Amino acid sequence: MKRIDHAEASSKFIRAKDHVEFHDRRLWDLRQKRDRESEHLAEWEELRSLASAIKEHTLANLAGYLEEFERNAIKNGAHVHWARDAAEHNQVVFDILSSHGVGTLVKSKSMLTDECDMRPFLEQRGIEVMETDLGERIQQLDDEPPSHIVVPAVHKLKTDVARVFAGTIGTDPKNSDIHYLAESQRQHTRPYFLRAEAGMTGANFAVAETGSVVVCTNEGNADLSVNLPKLYIASIGIEKIIPRIEHLGVFVRMLSRSALGSPITQLTSHFRAPRDGTEMHIVLVDNGRAERLGMADFWYSLKCIRCGACMNTCPVYRRSGGLSYGATYSGPIGVIIDPTFNLRKYSMLPFASTLNGSCTSVCPVKINIHEQIYKWRQVISERNQLPMVKKEAMQIAGKVLASPKLYRAAVGTAGTGLEHLPRFMLYNRLNAWGRQREVPEAPQFTFREWYLKNRVKKRAKP
Amino acid sequence: MTVGLFIPCYVDAFFPEVGIATLELLERFGIDVAYPLDQTCCGQPMANSGCHDDAAATERLFVKNFAEFDHVVGPSGSCVHHIREHLTAIAQTPQVKKVRATTYELVEFLHDVVKVQDFPWAEFRHTVGLHNGCSTLRGLREAKTSEINEPDFSKPMDLLSKVKGIQFAKPERPDECCGFGGTFSVYEEPVSARMGYDKVKDHHRAGAEYIVSADMSCMMHQRGCAERLGLPIKFIHIAQVLNGARE
Repeated sequence: MKRIDHAEASSKFIRAKDHVEFHDRRLWDLRQKRDRESEHLAEWEELRSLASAIKEHTLANLAGYLEEFERNAIKNGAHVHWARDAAEHNQVVFDILSSHGVGTLVKSKSMLTDECDMRPFLEQRGIEVMETDLGERIQQLDDEPPSHIVVPAVHKLKTDVARVFAGTIGTDPKNSDIHYLAESQRQHTRPYFLRAEAGMTGANFAVAETGSVVVCTNEGNADLSVNLPKLYIASIGIEKIIPRIEHLGVFVRMLSRSALGSPITQLTSHFRAPRDGTEMHIVLVDNGRAERLGMADFWYSLKCIRCGACMNTCPVYRRSGGLSYGATYSGPIGVIIDPTFNLRKYSMLPFASTLNGSCTSVCPVKINIHEQIYKWRQVISERNQLPMVKKEAMQIAGKVLASPKLYRAAVGTAGTGLEHLPRFMLYNRLNAWGRQREVPEAPQFTFREWYLKNRVKKRAKP
Repeated sequence: MTVGLFIPCYVDAFFPEVGIATLELLERFGIDVAYPLDQTCCGQPMANSGCHDDAAATERLFVKNFAEFDHVVGPSGSCVHHIREHLTAIAQTPQVKKVRATTYELVEFLHDVVKVQDFPWAEFRHTVGLHNGCSTLRGLREAKTSEINEPDFSKPMDLLSKVKGIQFAKPERPDECCGFGGTFSVYEEPVSARMGYDKVKDHHRAGAEYIVSADMSCMMHQRGCAERLGLPIKFIHIAQVLNGARE
């Protein structure tokens, strides 16, 4: 399988000047709003520690909490299904839908269903799937995956949306007024809510104690998807469990502040039991999570509450766009999750980072993201997934830098000077440095040469 | 107290003046400084690429060179961060642990160990933008970061504010990464250069005549970007400013 080449994809993204500028500014704005909101809470750092501890406790006792959740959900009248992987998940959902004669499914945003590639699976089997989240719908109409886990179409300008809508739902191609576009999508979507035989959501949290599914949204589309049709399906990754309802407050206080810099989402809906005459199905999905839980260095990534704060703050993500990662999950959290799905395919992603650590600092559940990126690089190297040219460069660098003699030959100004310097620093792809940057000037002497002349000789004198 | 002077490979090769300023500055405080002549690198380029096996011999050499000193001091936050947090490609003997625990970045050594109160010789009549490298900032925790809700502090600012005549520019994003990132700068060249351009423009807009930093590698990248953009902005290491450079 071919490796995703983030550098090449980002180069394309950066060439679209207006897009990269807008994307960077828009997400940096969210980051700043997040800072302001977090500063309003004197206990912010304490909340982060608490949220992290709750998640770590839950993950360390996951089996018990999952069973508790299942018991309570069944008690509430919901049907609970278990899916080992994406294929099982899609089959379970399809079986539920087809046994109820569903032709149209309305759904709110769910990264899990994207992860499972559910939409094409259902569409190939004759079920119409309607994304009702505005951003997700834009992406569906443009036949692109979401580029961000909270704001799926953030890489698009309003003029791009006008182009997509004009070609699909028949808006005026010249009108890129955001209110006009949003209202057009709204009017277009409404009939589907009335006509769909089933609705679907993901989950932000699943509370073991109550067996309830908690969904945090801003558009109201999830509530319409759940409450209008007679059949409701919630797909939930097994790491979304929290033990008690009292823990929910810790996360709800941080989720939207971290994601969008707003104190809370417009809606925090608790779906606990089916309404009279309807059915509620819950699909609990593993799809690699149990395996990840067993990875000593990487299980912390399961604490993630999908707020996207790490993406908003990531200087690399902001300048390369989510699609450049070629995966369901992009940005820093994607970099540490994606290799668990396919090591070779995503082996270059952990190198799409400067290891600056801002992601770790904003993470509301204190995932040590940049340290995991660093660790993934070791795993990739140990499993022989580094590109050959890089592997060889590092072998040479390791030999030269381990030998004072070879090192001095490489950097000494007595010989050929600068010509050797970039080779020793950068080895191959030397011209990559110079493409958009000037190369440092060659000094007259190295520090060591100066020291020998100005200190060692002086010291040697009686 | 004898200090082992650690001059990272790229400073040795490209920026000898930074090594000289570091040495002279330490000597001004009466510290006995020795520069082990067989030093090369800390091993970071290989380790950050995931190649621990290739980093091991270099790390071993580093420890051998600096084992005898009470303190090791170097003018590069990123290298010091590697030694302290990531020098793990070799067995963690008591000697290795000691060297790792006693290696300091120059600013924190002056601030925390020497506890410098004054730089009477230092005067820098320019507006400077301070750039804290990410390893220095979030790794060594030399200053408050904008992400963390905590009281304000900054070791480099504490030192620089003792310099006569110096003024500070306030960039919009003072602690965003500049995009150097070691081998990232070549393997992810498009994003790296873009980040560098944004960084130097931010400082330029804020009125910085100089960018000053404890991380010369960030500045090597930023200088390359500024020169290509034709921005009239200069770069100087914090050791040079504290040692009394006037420009």
